[in-house]
Amino acid sequence: MDKMPAWADAVLVPLISILLAALLSALVILAIGESPLDALTLMIEGALMRSSGWGYTLYYTTNFIFTGLCVAVAFHARMFNIGGEGQAMIGGLGVALVCLFIPFPHWSVALLVATLAAAVFGALWALIPAYLQAKRGSHIVITTIMFNFIAAAVLNYVLVNLLRPTGAMDPATATFPAATHLPTFQDMFATPDNPLFRGAPANVTFFLAVLACVAFWLVMWRTRLGYEIRAFGHSESAAKYAGISPVRITVVAMLMSGGLAGMMALNTTMGEAERLVLNATEGAGFIGIAVALMGRSHPVGIFLAALLFGFLYQGGAELALWTSIPRELITVIQALVILFTGALDNMVRMPLERVFLALRKGA
Amino acid sequence: MTQAPAIELKGISKAFGPVQANKDINVRVMPGTIHGIIGENGAGKSTLMSILYGFYKADAGEIFVAGRKTDIPNSQAAIAAGIGMVFQHFKLVQNFTVLENVILGAEDGPMLRPSLARARGVLKQLSEDYELSVDPDQLIENLSVGHQQRVEILKALYRQADILILDEPTGVLTPAEADHLFRILDGLRAQGKTIILITHKLREIMEITDTVSVMRRGGMTATVKTAETSPEQLAELMVGRKVLLQVHKTPARPGAPVLQIDDLRHTDRHGVERLRGVSLTVHAGEVLGIAGVAGNGQSELLEAIGGCVDASGSILLNGKALPLSGPGSDGAARRAAGIAHVPEDRQTEGLIMPFTAWENTVFGYHRDPACQTGPLMNNAAIKQQAQDKMTRYDVRPPNPALAARNFSGGNQQKIVLAREIERDPDVLLIGQPTRGVDIGAIEFIHKEIIRLRDAGKAILLVSVELDEIFALSDRIAVMFDGKIMGERAPESTDQTELGLLMAGVTASQAGDPIAAVDASLHQKERREARAHD
Amino acid sequence: MTLMTKFLGTGAALALTAGAALADPALIYDLGGKFDKSFNEAAFMGAEEYAAETGGSYKDIELQSEAQREQALRRFAEAGFNPVVTTGFSMSSPISSVAADYPDTKFVTIDGYVDPSEHPNVLSILFSEHEGSYLTGVLAALASDTGTVGFIGGMDIPLIRKFACGYAQGVLATNPDATVISNMTGTTPAAWNDPVKGTELASAQISQGADVIFAAAGGTGIGVLQAAADADILSVGVDSNQNHLHPGKVLTSMLKRVDVAVRESMAQGADLETGVMMLGLAENGVGYALDDNNADLITAEMKSAVDAAREQIIAGEVTVHDYSSDDSCPALSF
Repeated sequence: MDKMPAWADAVLVPLISILLAALLSALVILAIGESPLDALTLMIEGALMRSSGWGYTLYYTTNFIFTGLCVAVAFHARMFNIGGEGQAMIGGLGVALVCLFIPFPHWSVALLVATLAAAVFGALWALIPAYLQAKRGSHIVITTIMFNFIAAAVLNYVLVNLLRPTGAMDPATATFPAATHLPTFQDMFATPDNPLFRGAPANVTFFLAVLACVAFWLVMWRTRLGYEIRAFGHSESAAKYAGISPVRITVVAMLMSGGLAGMMALNTTMGEAERLVLNATEGAGFIGIAVALMGRSHPVGIFLAALLFGFLYQGGAELALWTSIPRELITVIQALVILFTGALDNMVRMPLERVFLALRKGA
Repeated sequence: MTQAPAIELKGISKAFGPVQANKDINVRVMPGTIHGIIGENGAGKSTLMSILYGFYKADAGEIFVAGRKTDIPNSQAAIAAGIGMVFQHFKLVQNFTVLENVILGAEDGPMLRPSLARARGVLKQLSEDYELSVDPDQLIENLSVGHQQRVEILKALYRQADILILDEPTGVLTPAEADHLFRILDGLRAQGKTIILITHKLREIMEITDTVSVMRRGGMTATVKTAETSPEQLAELMVGRKVLLQVHKTPARPGAPVLQIDDLRHTDRHGVERLRGVSLTVHAGEVLGIAGVAGNGQSELLEAIGGCVDASGSILLNGKALPLSGPGSDGAARRAAGIAHVPEDRQTEGLIMPFTAWENTVFGYHRDPACQTGPLMNNAAIKQQAQDKMTRYDVRPPNPALAARNFSGGNQQKIVLAREIERDPDVLLIGQPTRGVDIGAIEFIHKEIIRLRDAGKAILLVSVELDEIFALSDRIAVMFDGKIMGERAPESTDQTELGLLMAGVTASQAGDPIAAVDASLHQKERREARAHD
Repeated sequence: MTLMTKFLGTGAALALTAGAALADPALIYDLGGKFDKSFNEAAFMGAEEYAAETGGSYKDIELQSEAQREQALRRFAEAGFNPVVTTGFSMSSPISSVAADYPDTKFVTIDGYVDPSEHPNVLSILFSEHEGSYLTGVLAALASDTGTVGFIGGMDIPLIRKFACGYAQGVLATNPDATVISNMTGTTPAAWNDPVKGTELASAQISQGADVIFAAAGGTGIGVLQAAADADILSVGVDSNQNHLHPGKVLTSMLKRVDVAVRESMAQGADLETGVMMLGLAENGVGYALDDNNADLITAEMKSAVDAAREQIIAGEVTVHDYSSDDSCPALSF
C-alpha cells in the first residue's frame, strides 16, 4: 500500500518544504534587522509584478529547466549526474563555435544548428564519465564532478588563448554576429505603446525549454528507450533479466543528460550574453539537482520547480538592489530552499506519511 | 496446568493504515513447550512477533510474561523480560568473532576484556548444555549458515532468554542442518525453555511442536495440540477452505530433447566460480527439478540459461547452439529464441515494482513489434492485452493501472507467469515459483506448470522447497557448489538421500554422513572465501 | 590636481542646473565584491568620501551573476539614479547595450571602454597604468642590489600585462642589465584572490634572486607583500597606497586613483561630462606613493630620478609602450 496519496507526495511535500525554508529565511532576515515581509513583497514585486521582472524570472527558469531535465534523465537511470555544470560549459563552447564561424542567414537557422552543437558538445562531455561508469565501474558522481573542473579549465584555456579578441580584457569571445542574435521577449511581445519585457534577457530558448519538457515526457513515458531507462533505473538486475543492456542504457541516458545540460548554454550564451563568457553557467548545473529532486524527475514538476528557483534568483537580485541584505545572505536563503526541497525531503515526508496513516485510521 | 503461561497475549490488535495486520489476537504459550505459529504470507505472524519483541506497539491489547502484565516498548524491554529472537536474516557482524558478536550490546562495562572472558565461560557452558558447539574465536564470515544460526541462538541465551522466538529458521538450512536445529530445540525444551517457532512449513510443525496456532488474515483462527491435528486440517485452517496439498498429475510423456546444456561455467564479478561445469538435458513435456540449498549455483544456472549473465560451455536449443556471451546472448535474444524465464526473485528481476501492472506485462517483450506504433510504445494495445491476461490468470485486483508493488506476492507471481507463458515458449525456466506466495495461489501455479508440461513444454524448475520439487518434477537433479551432484527419479528417492546430495555428499562418502557433510561444506566455504580475498 | 580641475571645471559651470540635486548616484561593483582590498574597495572608498564631503547619499550593489549586470544598470536607471558608476571592464559591454534606452542617465565605466560616438551618455574612464608602473620600475631598479626584480600579476589579462610591461620598461630604462621575472597567478578570476599562491610565487621569485617584487594582483598581492616582508626584501603595492601594510618593507605603491574617479563622477551628478577620459601621470590618475612609511627607502637620488622620469613622460620626451595597444611588449616576453 502506498503510504500517502500521490497528490500529497507531489504537491504537499514540496509545499511544506518551501514554507519551512521560507520560515527559516524569515528568521535570518529578521536577525540582521530587516523586515521579512518587506523582503518578500520586494521579491514578489520585483520578480512577478513587472513584465521585465518576469523576463528575468523566465530567463533563469529556462536555465533551470534544462539542467533540471539533465539531472532527471540521469535520475531515471539511477545515476547522479552532477556534471551538468561542466556539460553546459562545453555546450556553450559548441554554441560559440558555430555562432562565430558559420555565417548564418537568419537566427532560426542559427538556433537550429546551435542547438545541435550545444547538445552534441554537452553529450560528448558526458560520454567519458558514462563510459567509465558503464565499463569500468568508476562512480559517476566522482567522474562528473571532476569533469566539471576539467571543463572549466578547458573553457578557460580556449577563451583566454584561442577565442578572445585581441586586446580584450575579458576571457570571453567576441560578440556573435547579429544574425545569430535570438529574439528576446521584448522583441516578440513589446509594442511601441506597451514596452513589455524591456531589457529582460528571456528569449525564444524559453519555448525551446518548454518543448524539451514535452519531449522529455514523450521519450520517458511513451517510447521504448524511456521504458528501458526507467526499468534500468528501478532495478539493474531486472533490466539484465529483460535483456536491457546496462552499458547501453547508462551511456544513452548520460548522452541525453549531457545534451540537455549543453542546451542550457543556448539561453545564456546565444540568448543573453550573445558571446561566450567564462562563467556563463553560474551554478545552474547544481541548481538542476534541486530542481529535479523537487520536481520528482517529472517534466511538469521540473517546470514548476524551475519557475520557483527562477523567482528566487530574480527576487534575490531585487533584494540585493533595494535592501541592505548582503549578497551572501541572499545566497543563504537560496541555499535553504535547496536544502529543504532537495536534501531534507524525507524530513517532511516521513511525518507527513504518519499524519496520513493516522488520518486513514481515523476514517 | 496450574502454571502461568510463559506468554499470554490478550486482544492484541495492530493496524497499518487501512490494513488490519493483527486483530484481537489471544494466545497462551505454556512454559517448556515448543509452540508453532503457522500462516500464509501476510497472515500477520511477523507483525505479532514484532509486537512481542518491541518493534511495534500494539494499538490495543495486553501482554503477560510469566503471568505478569508487561509493557514492551522496545527490544531492550523484551530482552529484559527474557524474550530472545532469532531473525530469518541474521543480525551478525560478519567480521567479528563469535564471542564479540555474542557480547555485542550486552557488554558488562566500557572495557571489553572482562566481558569477553566471562562470555567465554558462559558460552562453553551453554555449548555443553544444548549441543550448540561453535568455535568462539571464529569469524562469523567463516561460519556456515547453520553455525551462524547457532550463534544467534547463543546470543539470545547469553542474554538469559527463557522464551526464544525463531522466525522461519529452516529457510536457509539443508535438511541435515535443519535436523540438527531441531535437536537443539529439543534440548532447550528439555531444559525448560519456551520456544515459539514461526514457519509456513507444515512438516516442521508436525515434527517438533507441542501446540500450534494458525493465523489467517490477521486473526488467530485456532490453537490446537499438534498431536490432535493433521497437515490437511492445518492447511484448511490457514487458507479457509479445503486445499489440495498433492499435485495431481499423470506420468510425463517426454519427447525429444529441447534444452541440452553441456559443461556450463560461470564466474561472478567477485571471481567466485558459481557454475562449475553443469550438464543437463530437458526434454519436451517434462519437468526437470533442480534441488539444492540456496546459494549453490541454481540462481546462476537460471540466469545463465536466461541470458542474464555470460557463461561458457554450450547450450543447445532444439539442437541449435546459443551464443553465451557477446552480442545475441542477452535475455531478449533468449526470449526470441523461445526460452521463457520466471526468475527466482520477482521483486528485483521479474517485475519493476513501481511500474504499473500493464507496463510489467510486456517487460522483456517490450521490443516486440506488437508493442510499438511508430517511434512510440503502443500503450493502448499493451493495456488491453494486460487486462485480458489479468482476467485470464485471475490476478486480483484486476486493475492494470495499479503499481506492481501493490499486488500480493501470489498475484505478482501470476503477472510474471502470465507474461512468460503467453508467448508460447519451447522452454520455460522457473525459479522458486511459490516463494512468498499464498497457498491458494500455489495451487494455481502448480496446476499451471503441470498444464504446460502436458502441453509439451520443456520445463526447468528450481526450488529450495523439497516438497515442491517432489510434487512437480519428473526427474530431480541436485546441485551443490556449482555442480550437479546426481540425478534421481522422484519415486525412487527420498528426502534423506536428496538431503545428503544437497550437502555435497556423494554415494561413496555416505558411510559417515555427518562428517562428510561438514567436510564438503567447509571445502565449499573455503573456496569461496579464497575467491573473495 | 589636474584631475580635480578637469572635473570641477565642467561641474562648476553647471552646478546650479535644476534637477541635478534630485538624483542620487549609484555604484555597481564587479563580481569580485565590495571588499576586495583593492579595486572595488577603492571605488567604495571614493563613494564614501563623496557621501562624507557632500552629505549626499548613494546606492550600491554587489553583483551575483552575469545576467545581473544589465539588470542592475536598468533598474538603477529606471529608478532615477544618476550617474550610474560601474567598476571593471566587464561592465562596458552591458553598458553598451543599455545606454541607448536611458538617454537621460549618465553611465560611467571605470576601466572599460564604450565608444562615445555610439553612446553619448557614457563616460569611459581609463588609466595609463603603464605610465605609473614605469615609475615603480624605475624605483625598483634603483632599490635592487641583485639586479633582479620581480612582477606578480593576478589574472593573466592584457590589463595586467600592461602593468607588467610598463614596469619592465622602467626597470630596463634605469638599469639595462637588470633581469625582470614575471609570473601570473592564474587565468581565472580566482587569481585575484589567492594570497597563498601569491606567497608561493613570491618565494619562488626570491629564490631566483629577486629583491624587489611588484604585485599587481588584487587580494593575491597581500600574500606577495607578506612573503616579501618575511624574506626581508622589498615589494611594491598596487591600486591604493599599500605602503602601510608593512612599513619600511613596501618600497612604494603604484597608485591608480579609482577612488578619485568615483568620487568626482558622483560629485558631478547628472551633469557629468561624458566621453573618454584617459587618466595618466599628467592628470595624477596614476602615480607612485610616497609617505612616512617608505620615506627612508626612497633616497633623494631615487626621488630625483623618478621625478625626472615622470616629467619626461608628461612632456612626451619618453613614451611608455602600452601593451594593450598592440598586445606586445618590447621589454618583457610573457
